[in-house]
Amino acid sequence: MDVRSQIAMVFHLDKCLGCHTCSIACKNIWTDRKGTDYMWWNNVETKPGTGFPTKWEDQDKYKGGWVKKDDSINLKSTDKKRIVLNIFHNPHMPSMDDYYEPWTYDYQNLFNAKEGPDQPTALPISKITGEQIDIESGPNWDDDLGGSPIYAKNDPNLEGLTEQQKQQLFAIERLVFFYFPRICNHCLNPACVASCPSGAIYKRGEDGIVLVDQKKCRAWRSCVSACPYKKTYFNWHTGKSEKCILCFPRVETGQAPACFHSCVGRIRYLGVLLYDADRIEEVANLPDEELIEGHRSLVLDPHDPEVIAAAQRNGVHDSVIESAQNSPTYKFVKEWRIALPPHIEYRTMPMLYYVPPMSPVMATQEGKTINHVSDNLFHDIDEARVPVKFLANLFGAGHEAKVVYALRKSKAVRWYRRAVTVGDVSMEDAKKMLGAADCTVEEAEEIYKLTSLCTVEDRYVIPPAHREEAIEMIEDPHCHRQSVGFGFVSGPRRGA
Amino acid sequence: MASAQSYLDQLFFGVLPYLALIIFFLVTIQRYRSQAFTYSSLSSQFLENQRHFWGLVPLHYGILVVVMGHVVAFMFPRQLLAWNGHPIRLYILEISALIFGLLTLLGLLSTLVRRFAFSKVRTVTSLADILLYVLLLVQVISGVYVAVMHSWGSSWFAASASPYLWSIITLDPDISYVIAMPFAVKLHIVNACLVIGFFPFTRLVHILVIPNPYLWRRPQVVRWNKAPGLRR
Ligand code: SF4
Ligand code: SF4
Repeated sequence: MDVRSQIAMVFHLDKCLGCHTCSIACKNIWTDRKGTDYMWWNNVETKPGTGFPTKWEDQDKYKGGWVKKDDSINLKSTDKKRIVLNIFHNPHMPSMDDYYEPWTYDYQNLFNAKEGPDQPTALPISKITGEQIDIESGPNWDDDLGGSPIYAKNDPNLEGLTEQQKQQLFAIERLVFFYFPRICNHCLNPACVASCPSGAIYKRGEDGIVLVDQKKCRAWRSCVSACPYKKTYFNWHTGKSEKCILCFPRVETGQAPACFHSCVGRIRYLGVLLYDADRIEEVANLPDEELIEGHRSLVLDPHDPEVIAAAQRNGVHDSVIESAQNSPTYKFVKEWRIALPPHIEYRTMPMLYYVPPMSPVMATQEGKTINHVSDNLFHDIDEARVPVKFLANLFGAGHEAKVVYALRKSKAVRWYRRAVTVGDVSMEDAKKMLGAADCTVEEAEEIYKLTSLCTVEDRYVIPPAHREEAIEMIEDPHCHRQSVGFGFVSGPRRGA
Repeated sequence: MASAQSYLDQLFFGVLPYLALIIFFLVTIQRYRSQAFTYSSLSSQFLENQRHFWGLVPLHYGILVVVMGHVVAFMFPRQLLAWNGHPIRLYILEISALIFGLLTLLGLLSTLVRRFAFSKVRTVTSLADILLYVLLLVQVISGVYVAVMHSWGSSWFAASASPYLWSIITLDPDISYVIAMPFAVKLHIVNACLVIGFFPFTRLVHILVIPNPYLWRRPQVVRWNKAPGLRR
């Protein structure tokens, strides 16, 4: 048992409002430099939708992540052999067209335009070339276009849905969609790290944050293709890859990452998970349907004396173990089992988990009467307007059982609380539901508290840093916004 | 007049190579030590992904083979001459050298057109890039010209260019090997020195950081922020 600690995250999708505050907080701190203008280390997608970059989940196109072949897993398109052959031209790399061309507006024209019959306008100009452009796409280009035949219809997760289920998703006036905020998952088996020819990307031993060493990156671009979540971005100005750094300068000083701190819906949770690094390879090799359970089994019980002893032997500080014992992520992932990893079938072992969203309650129509309740108390999960199959493609490697489990529990907790506070549901029914959803009353209360009444301290349990000498930090990045990236005494000047 | 010519020869073939090598080593090392961040291939594939293939791939594979050919001829002149003893082998060598030379030239022209035809790629083009294009064009064109006009280069390279290069390396420059060479060859040599001297100021430095440990390292990289020895 090789016990290590990882700062892991849970996003509760039922609470996300799609306000994009998180994205803006991140952009303001990290990606307002030249060359990073198109990057969204944190972005919020509408699902169903094509996402950012367009159709990033379509691994037939981008060929990211790992695939299982016989007894071992290989990077889908970025294993060593292929990287060596393709080093001059990376065949599956997305280009700027798959993201968007960043632009600003020619505001001067409002003042300088010659007198004429029309009002002057501020035309869009490219932030790269300075030339006038037609805006063809942008960040969140398909925001809120859940039912759109141009965007939502192309969502790769719709695969395997029946025609009827698809119709259900796209029916006019009954559109349904939800938001899907994404940051780097700081994976346990990161494809970006494994593919980097320079060995520039690494996982920090103490907290599992995955970083790109800017001084070692040589623009071979394999990480961009390798990350199945498309969360490494290529800085076209400096010729270096960059990615979400989980705000490590903030985390090291006890503050939540900016996107967490600013989250309006309070959907984000952050805390330490202790995991067994010896078993990562074994778990990453499991068949698809066992991946979620295997991934969960990597996470160790921080109260177990054996685990504590192994962690101490490994140099995990007592304060970090204590932090793991209070971790909200541990509760969601391991105790309640209602948080699931996104696209575990990519086998990078993501350390960001999602509580799947419940869609609006669906009524069934029989002749002229509309029924809201049926004998089956969970009918609106089975017949939900966001078909479970769709959620299973996102959070269950295509298998519905784990998603259904999480949804049932969430629903049971809701009904239970409804019985307590509103009273229009009988406590008997509520308890029946809790029982069917594998949830006790105490657990329901706990879930309810951490979901609805959570304070900042409940949501973010940040372990003390214990980094006597910070390797990455040489300068305070906040003092050098827009000029110096992170970790530089001199400015990150483009080479020649 | 004759002495002015010999002074020039001395300068170009006796002094310039050393100047180039000194600049090459001093500046690449200094740049790596103080400006490691700027060591990058500065790929522009992200900005233009279609034409990129047709320029970069022939250019790189062409140049790799051609440079390897030069190195082999320089290292093993005797073996090369023996190999060329059979005309058929000589022909094969010459023709393949020419093919890869032409591949390089086509690739170079294709990247050049791409670089200036696409406005996004144009904006990430520096003065150093432009100078480098000029030098590389002269180098490749003169090389292909030599291959076509002064055939059997693999043999005479081994017989006279190789000893000249060895004399440079052993700090005992003997320029008599090269002063009798045709103009195109001389141009190729002088320009090569310019490329080497200019190398550290350009994106060419990415050649020096070719990722070798990659091939045998374990897939995952973990860095601990502790003194080595403290942890396993
Ligand atoms: S999400 Fe992508 S970039 Fe982040 S650690 Fe995983 S593979 Fe790497
Ligand atoms: S700030 Fe929070 S609620 Fe708003 S979009 Fe981001 S994750 Fe969702």
